[in-house]
Amino acid sequence: MVMQASAATRTDVEEHDPVPTRPRASLLRRIGRNRTLLLMCLPAIAFFVVFSYAPMPGAWIAFTNFNYRDGIFGSPFVGLRNFEFLVQSGQLWLLTRNTVLYNLAFIVLGNILQIALAIMLNEIRAKYFKKISQAVMFLPYFISVVLIGVIAFNLLNYDTGYVNALIQQTGGDPIKIYSIAGAWPIIIVLFQLWQSTGYGSIVYFAAIMGIDNSLFEAAAIDGASAWQRIRYIILPSLKPTFIILLLFSLGGIMNGNFGLFWNLIGNNAALFSTTDIIETSVYRMILSQNNFTSSTAVGLYQSLFGFALVLLANWIVRRINEDYALF
Amino acid sequence: MSHVAAARAPRKVRLDRSDYVLRGISYLTVTLFATFCTLPFVLILSASLSSETAIMRDGFGLLPKEFTFAAYEYIFRAPRQIIGSYVVTIVMTVSGTAIGLFIIAMTGYALNRRDFPFRNGISFFIYFTTLFSAGLAPTYIWVSRYLELRGSYLAVFLQLLMTPWLIILMKNFMRSIPYEIVESGKVDGAGDFRIFLRLVLPMMKPALATIGLFLALAYWNEWYLSSLYLGSTVEFKPLQYHLYNIINTANALRNSVAGSNVSITELPSNTLKMASAVVATGPIVLVYPFVQKYFVSGITVGAVKG
Repeated sequence: MVMQASAATRTDVEEHDPVPTRPRASLLRRIGRNRTLLLMCLPAIAFFVVFSYAPMPGAWIAFTNFNYRDGIFGSPFVGLRNFEFLVQSGQLWLLTRNTVLYNLAFIVLGNILQIALAIMLNEIRAKYFKKISQAVMFLPYFISVVLIGVIAFNLLNYDTGYVNALIQQTGGDPIKIYSIAGAWPIIIVLFQLWQSTGYGSIVYFAAIMGIDNSLFEAAAIDGASAWQRIRYIILPSLKPTFIILLLFSLGGIMNGNFGLFWNLIGNNAALFSTTDIIETSVYRMILSQNNFTSSTAVGLYQSLFGFALVLLANWIVRRINEDYALF
Repeated sequence: MSHVAAARAPRKVRLDRSDYVLRGISYLTVTLFATFCTLPFVLILSASLSSETAIMRDGFGLLPKEFTFAAYEYIFRAPRQIIGSYVVTIVMTVSGTAIGLFIIAMTGYALNRRDFPFRNGISFFIYFTTLFSAGLAPTYIWVSRYLELRGSYLAVFLQLLMTPWLIILMKNFMRSIPYEIVESGKVDGAGDFRIFLRLVLPMMKPALATIGLFLALAYWNEWYLSSLYLGSTVEFKPLQYHLYNIINTANALRNSVAGSNVSITELPSNTLKMASAVVATGPIVLVYPFVQKYFVSGITVGAVKG
C-alpha cells in the first residue's frame, strides 16, 4: 500500500495537481516548494528517527561481549559466539518452538471462532440484544493485560482461587495450577481467545454485512437451507478476508503477545518449559539478569526471521491479489 | 457499519426449519459467550466487596461473601498513593492523546496529499519500522543510557505518542476528504497548514475520535514501558503499573496502604488486590459503553488496508 503509486493515481495527480512535480526539478526546489507539508511531517519523522532508527546500530551488541564502560562499539568483538551459545544450550530452539506453536494456536482457533461468532451475530435480529452482546464481547480487548493477571489470580490461585473453590465444593482436592507446566498452554490460549475473539470478529462481521443481499434472496427463492447459505454464500465471501488476515498473522508468527504471557507467568520458572516465548525471555534477560548480549542476539534473530516472514507473506498476498499487498 | 446494516432490507422470504435452528443456536451461543466475557469482571467486583475472612475460608466466588467495603476503606484511608497514580495517569493520558493526535493528524494529512512528492518516501520510512526493529535490548540501552531517560516519565510519555499503524489509519481516514477542499483553500490563498487546521481538521472529527481513543487507551493501560524505564525510581507509578506491583509484590501492597500502620500479615491482601483492580479499571469500564463504536470504525477502516 505504501509503495503503491498505481497508474490510476498517477493520472489523477497530473489532472488535479496545479503544480505538477516534474522529475527534473532539483531536490532543493522540491523541498522548498513543499516546506510546509514537510514541516508537518517533521515531528513524526523525528519520533521514528529517535525511537526506532537510532537504536538499530545497537544490534551490533549481539556480536560483542558488551560492557557499559567500553560502550557498544568499544566492547570486544566475539563474532557469532553469542548465537552459538544460544543454539547449543537449546534455548533458541525452545523459545522459537513455543513462540511459533502459541501463535499457530492463536491464529487457527482465533480465526475459526471469530468467523463462527460473526456468522451467528449476523443471524441475530433483535437490535438491542445484538448491540449489548457485541459491546460486552469487545470489552475484554480494552482492559489492560495487568487486569488479566488479576483475573488469572482470582480464578486459579491455590488457596482462594475460584476454580479450586468449586473443586472443593464438589468434594475434590485443590490443584496447584501455578506449578503444572502442562496446563498453561491451554490456559494461555483460553485467555488469548477470551480477550480477542469478540474484537476480532468485527472484521468478519463487516465482511458479511458487505455481501450483496440479492445473493441471499436468490438462495432463499431456490429453497436453500441456513446451512447451505453459510456453506455456499457466507464462507466463500469471507475467504479473501480470511486468507489475507491469515497470511499477515503468519508473517508475525515470531512476535508474541508479551503482556499476556508476562502477566500470567511472570518469573514463575516452573512453567518456563511450556510458556517461555522470545519476548518474555528477552525482557527477563534485561531486567533481572542485565544480560544485554544474549537478549540482543535473541532480539536480532527474531527481527531478521520476522522480517523474512513478512516479506514472504506479502509476496504470496501480492500473487493472490495485488490490491491487498502491503507494499 | 450501521449504514450497511440499514441498507439491508429485511428478508421477506419464508423461513424454513434450518433457519430457526441456526437462529436458536446463534442466540444461545452469543448469550453464552457474552456471559463468559462478563464473568471475570463479576468475580473481581464481588471479591473486592467480600470480607477477607470469608475469602480465606471459602475462596473467591461469583457473589460477594459477607458484603463489606473494608478493602476500599483500606485503600482510601491513606489515599496518597492511589491519588498520585491517578494524577500521573490522567495527566499523561490527556496531554499524550492531545499532542499525539495532533502530530498523527498532521502527518496523515500530509501523506495523503497527492501533490506531495515525498509522501511515498516518508510513508515507507515510517512503515519500515513495523517490519524491522532494533529489538528490546538495544532500544532499552539507547533510551536509558544515551537519551538518559531512565527514571523519567518522559521515557513512557514520548514512546507512546504515536505508532506507525495509527498514522497509516489516519492516512486512510483522510482519503475521504475530497481534493477539491484543498484546492478551494489554495484559491483563497490559504497555506498548507491553514488548510489543514481550518478546513480538514473540522471534517475529520470521527477519525480524530477513533484514533484519539486508541491513543488514550494505550496511555491508560500502560504498564510495560513503566516497568522498563521507571521501575521503583518514581514515587507515583502510572496506574496500571501500580496495580501490577500490588498484585506481584507484597511490599507494594503494604506501601499502597502506607500510613495505616498495619503489618503485612494483618492486611486483607486478597480483597485488597481485587479492590485495587476495580479502582484501576473502573474508569475504562464506565467510559467504555459511550466510546466503543469508535473502536469499531477504527478496526473496519484499518483492517481493509494496513
